[in-house]
Amino acid sequence: MPYTEELKNLIKAVEKTRPQRLARKKQGEEFPRMSLDEVEAILKKYHPDYKEEGRRELKVGPSKGYQIAQEFADLLEAWSRINPDKIDLSRVDIETDVLIIGGGGAGTAAALLAEQNGARVIVATKLRHGDANTMMAEGGIQAATKIEKDSACLHYLDTLGGGHFKNEPELVHTLVTQAPEILRWLEGLGVMFDKFPDGRLHTLLGGGTSRKRMHSCGDITGIEIMRDIRDEARNRENITVLEFAPAIELVLNEHGHCAGAILYNLETEEYSVVKARATILATGGCGRLHIQGFMTTNHYGATADGIVLGYRAGLKLKLLHTVQYHPTGVVYPEQLEGILVTEKFRGAGANLVNIGGEQFVNEREPRDVESAAIIRECLERGKGVPTPTEKLGVWLDSPMIDTLMGEGAVEREFPGKFIVYQRFGIDISKEPMLIYPTLHYQNGGLEYNARGETSVPGLFIAGEVSGGVHGENRLIGNSLLDVLVFGRVAGESAADYAKDKARDGGLSLQHVEDYHRELEKSGIVTDRVTPILLPDYANPEVRERQLTARHAEK
Amino acid sequence: MADRERKVTDKEKTAGTGKVKLIPVYVMGKRYLVPETLTIMKALEYAGYRFIRGCGCRGGICGACATVYRKPGDYHIRVGLACQTVVEPDMYLTQIPFYPANRASYDFAQLSDSPEEIFKLYPEVFRCIACNSCTKACPMDVQVMDVISAVKQGNIERAATLSFSCIQCGLCVSRCMGELPQYHIMQLARRIYGSRIAPRAEHLNEAVEAAKGEKCQQALEKLMKSDIKQLREIYQSREIEPEMAGEDWTPAKRDDL
Repeated sequence: MPYTEELKNLIKAVEKTRPQRLARKKQGEEFPRMSLDEVEAILKKYHPDYKEEGRRELKVGPSKGYQIAQEFADLLEAWSRINPDKIDLSRVDIETDVLIIGGGGAGTAAALLAEQNGARVIVATKLRHGDANTMMAEGGIQAATKIEKDSACLHYLDTLGGGHFKNEPELVHTLVTQAPEILRWLEGLGVMFDKFPDGRLHTLLGGGTSRKRMHSCGDITGIEIMRDIRDEARNRENITVLEFAPAIELVLNEHGHCAGAILYNLETEEYSVVKARATILATGGCGRLHIQGFMTTNHYGATADGIVLGYRAGLKLKLLHTVQYHPTGVVYPEQLEGILVTEKFRGAGANLVNIGGEQFVNEREPRDVESAAIIRECLERGKGVPTPTEKLGVWLDSPMIDTLMGEGAVEREFPGKFIVYQRFGIDISKEPMLIYPTLHYQNGGLEYNARGETSVPGLFIAGEVSGGVHGENRLIGNSLLDVLVFGRVAGESAADYAKDKARDGGLSLQHVEDYHRELEKSGIVTDRVTPILLPDYANPEVRERQLTARHAEK
Repeated sequence: MADRERKVTDKEKTAGTGKVKLIPVYVMGKRYLVPETLTIMKALEYAGYRFIRGCGCRGGICGACATVYRKPGDYHIRVGLACQTVVEPDMYLTQIPFYPANRASYDFAQLSDSPEEIFKLYPEVFRCIACNSCTKACPMDVQVMDVISAVKQGNIERAATLSFSCIQCGLCVSRCMGELPQYHIMQLARRIYGSRIAPRAEHLNEAVEAAKGEKCQQALEKLMKSDIKQLREIYQSREIEPEMAGEDWTPAKRDDL
């Protein structure tokens, strides 16, 4: 819906201060950045991660005692979708060298590298191949590609600073040193990066980056990368993709090694057994859990399935106590609620301003800090902009970009967002955008090492399901990089493992039975069944009438 | 059907939603009352549907939720994305869960930059009769027919840049009389352009070498061994490239590289 008259009136305050803000920007004057001490203070007070009532201690599993968000604890303190006794593991439906669970960026990159290294690959994915948060990444991908001013060391330092120095150094080392190679690989696959006429890549600053290191493809970097690597995977003979077939449990063998998974056909509701010499978990993130009731930028399928599978199989959690709220999610129009407005808008010069048209935070603080500052502006200082749907937001002053970069710049640089707003009668090159923090990224996840290995032999992980590389807060442009770097690493490691390290043995779901027993002993009383696979958005009144008790036991 | 003739009662208009007005829509011919502000996707969910197919990013960029609909008193068949289209009273609609389209398989590494490659893999490109139905169907405003014309003329660059916003929802394919798989053809054109025709980023080669180089590895090892206090100091004092700096900017301090 176009802006209401009330909102149009409020925009006048933004327009009034815009010339002065533009003049300051042209002179290189910036809103002061916070010191590390100020950062710690504002996070503690306003960031949702720090809310005591938002989390609880886990009562079961390998990370028992760890405090994480209630929504995660609910997933982990729950029953399997299957009764392990009813699955006939002697009847293997599919056998392969490498099974990859998840067909997003990490899973697809893994498939390409595993296949390249001689493996027969099955990719099992919950929705369509490519349906993933990778597809929705807008801002870009970080890599130190301009050696006259940048280096992997600076990238390393920025990544650690953004992550509150909690990152695993070995993982960050792999991330930053392989970054330029990833861009070269993508260019070879045909990715259309934004370039100067001589081929030199465009780069922009991002929140928490000390150099212009963000490489983009318009504002649809993720889709451009995803569709190209997916196209490549479709051409490879030894990669088979099973769509609408999420894994719902991992299968181990008598040696305690990972040996495949149980897949669930979402449409026919059949379960099947895949036996694999190596398995890669690349299931992505958790936005659709709507932690603390936040709206989300995430894909429909982002329900943290891999966390459940990996945890039941014995993997420890790492840094899962933090999730990322992207500072700029659409809060109005209602139809676009929660969706991402890329940080690239701020990189291109747009200010964040409150109801009075005043700046209140530097636009390039790391995401958690930026989000906390917006929440403070709205909830404590009372300077949020009220929306017609009774929410609060602040303005992202996109029209500044046309003044700074020339008429037409917003439409040219942000074609995706421009058209989405246009459908609702809002011209973002002339009117600012109303935004509020939105649940965006799972900073932590399952523990792994720089070769993509986990504590369970034969089980590898990559991408958002993993925890460690981003510390407690991921920087812009490091997620696309993460899925590609560690997807490739896991693909290579898994193919290598499948070749000569995997030990054959009888298949088992004993770990699921053990987990059930532990649940019973812990005294948890629940009928929750996980992974949930899909969120439920039915109108509560309808849900009350959806009374099917259960499917008939066969 | 009596159902279709029924008027919305006042009670129904406000049921369960406070002040939001409810309107009737027909999902695959069956009538439901939904709040008038919702998108087709949210309206279906409100009515009780739980998507398996036909739902993806929910932000208009993944192409999963192609939808076909008709409005009362209007003979036009309309198409759009369910997550981006707001419901209207008495709309008849359905999701398109899947639409088959021919996709050629190729060894990309062996392809040249010649348009002949596309002609060989997709000879049906010449079946286009220039009816423009594809362009009219595109929810991303891609000038689909112009892209196909560009391909036919051998102008891969034009085809690639014009089709950049394609989200591969398949609506063009569903409306095409010539039975072309437009979005697959565009995908191939963009990949050929991106890797064979657009100027290469030659500076990537030196960046790859630098990241692997001894100097960088030593500096990284030093950082990896530093304690938090030292790291915080180095972090706080790092030089930040100014936002408005030009492409030729170089740092004053060279030692932190």
